[in-house]
Amino acid sequence: MTVQRHETLAAGIQGRPRWGHKARSRAGRITVFVLLCLVAVPFVLPFVWMLSTSFKTLDQTLRFPPEWMPNPWQWDNYPRSLFEIVPLYRYFWNTVVYSVPATIFAVLSSAVVAYGFAKFRAPGRQALFILVLSTLLIPYPVVMVPQFILFQRLGWIDTYLPLIVPNLFASPFLIFMLRQFMQGVPSELLDAARIDGAGVLGIFWRVILPLSKLGLIAAAILTFAANWNDYLGPLLFINTRDLFTLQVGLTSFVAHRGTSHWQLLMAASVLATLPVLVIYFAAQKAMMQGIVVTGLK
Amino acid sequence: MRLSIRRRETVWFYALIAPWVIGFLLFTAGPLLASLYFSFTRYDVVSQPVWAGLGNYLRLLEDDLFLQALKVTTTYTFITVPLGIVVSLALALLLNQNVPGVRFFRTAIYLPTVTSGVALALLWMWLFNPEFGLINYLLERITGWEGPLWLQSETWVMPALILMAMWGVGGTMVIYLAGLQGIPTELYEAAELDGAIGWRRLFSITLPLLSPVIFFTAITGMIGTFQVFTTAQVATNGGPNYASLFYVLYLYQAAFRNFQMGYASALAWVLFVIVLLLTLLAFRSSASWVHYEDEERR
Repeated sequence: MTVQRHETLAAGIQGRPRWGHKARSRAGRITVFVLLCLVAVPFVLPFVWMLSTSFKTLDQTLRFPPEWMPNPWQWDNYPRSLFEIVPLYRYFWNTVVYSVPATIFAVLSSAVVAYGFAKFRAPGRQALFILVLSTLLIPYPVVMVPQFILFQRLGWIDTYLPLIVPNLFASPFLIFMLRQFMQGVPSELLDAARIDGAGVLGIFWRVILPLSKLGLIAAAILTFAANWNDYLGPLLFINTRDLFTLQVGLTSFVAHRGTSHWQLLMAASVLATLPVLVIYFAAQKAMMQGIVVTGLK
Repeated sequence: MRLSIRRRETVWFYALIAPWVIGFLLFTAGPLLASLYFSFTRYDVVSQPVWAGLGNYLRLLEDDLFLQALKVTTTYTFITVPLGIVVSLALALLLNQNVPGVRFFRTAIYLPTVTSGVALALLWMWLFNPEFGLINYLLERITGWEGPLWLQSETWVMPALILMAMWGVGGTMVIYLAGLQGIPTELYEAAELDGAIGWRRLFSITLPLLSPVIFFTAITGMIGTFQVFTTAQVATNGGPNYASLFYVLYLYQAAFRNFQMGYASALAWVLFVIVLLLTLLAFRSSASWVHYEDEERR
């Protein structure tokens, strides 16, 4: 598969549909539109509900039938959710502290490995690549107990090392995804660079990486989101309250106040979701392409 | 020392993939073997592991909670995965039409996949809240029925979690949409000449051509449903009365609440074997329903 094909596919997702080409009957198109309007409601409504709750007073969350419009608007739910019950602001920072290096390491190391699989021929390559793909089938919980024991013996419990260090060793999913992108880089370009005297690593740095930019961005976003939203990992490896990550911090919020302050819980949830949401929107094109490339075999 | 070009390429290949090989040995293969060993021991982390032979596996057979966890997880898998495929396929077909605002609809349906983890669980706990939640309110408004206790009801907790999973079909939907875009227009034109329209078109062109993608999402979906943890732990903690005791939640409790690492490792290996068997089964069945374009051309 070539990069070009991916681009047309990505354009297909973002742009206009191609095979609805024959102008359907007007009635047919109206039916589809109405259906889509109905179908979109359950996907959007929970977000509206989440936002609306996050601005209500405690009193208003306990009203039945529920009201959509916050009245009065309780803006200080947000600062309260950050500072008052648990130090959520600190958990935010902790999450940044481990997910940023984890993401950079994972993307870079996976890019190196993907480069190997995409552009070098060697005996055993096919078999090893199949092995990479089959590790995708191994559920993480299968290895979590021995991993925990390993990190405990290393004295890494209650540090971010278990959440960061494994990312230095490439992730099978990212290898697969980035290899798809790198295979699209024309070999002639590599030859030309070689003639100019570039070595293997020079080619990687100056040709492969720049030309896989969209793939790298998509990989980085997916990895960042996965780290940001990870709950099981931090739950296993972090015990000290001050070191909690956002997701674990949210549950300690519930542990402290139970579920009686939905306006604060929803404000905290909005805040927890927001960073990933913003990044997705900012890099929508790269994302879509990433999905397209990995979605197709 | 001068190496031939081919030898040099081989050396570079192995040098470049070395990070993955090391990581694989350290964090996957090693732990996998270690957990096989631990599964034959009694081990509480504090003291040394004690050999227990088949003890842990024999205990599994008599453990009602293990059977319950297995039941909950397989039920969830066999409902959520096919249902998710049908729903996301239907959505993808709708979203592949040329109607105004289609990009808005695509974004709207994809959006929920951005939220995950604990925030997602919290949001749905609030939506399912029997007294003040949105869902029961809407149910009452539309049907007049007061609605169940959802997450607090043994009967309704699983339907609730399945419903929640459906909210995240956007990820699969986008993959199908990409697949639909990849189907050459000429095929549809040819089919139209042959008189294949409407449903015939769906069943004789779209679905066969999409079958590799459907197969891919079925496998990844299944592996995903066997790993459900966060929602179960946060929203229900396996309850009420173990009605939502997902497999990984039980494994987690065995390991990190009861500190029975040996027993948890046995659970982990059983999970591994189940996922492996289901994948193999899926691959074997795929010969009869998955249609690869390349095969046809040969």
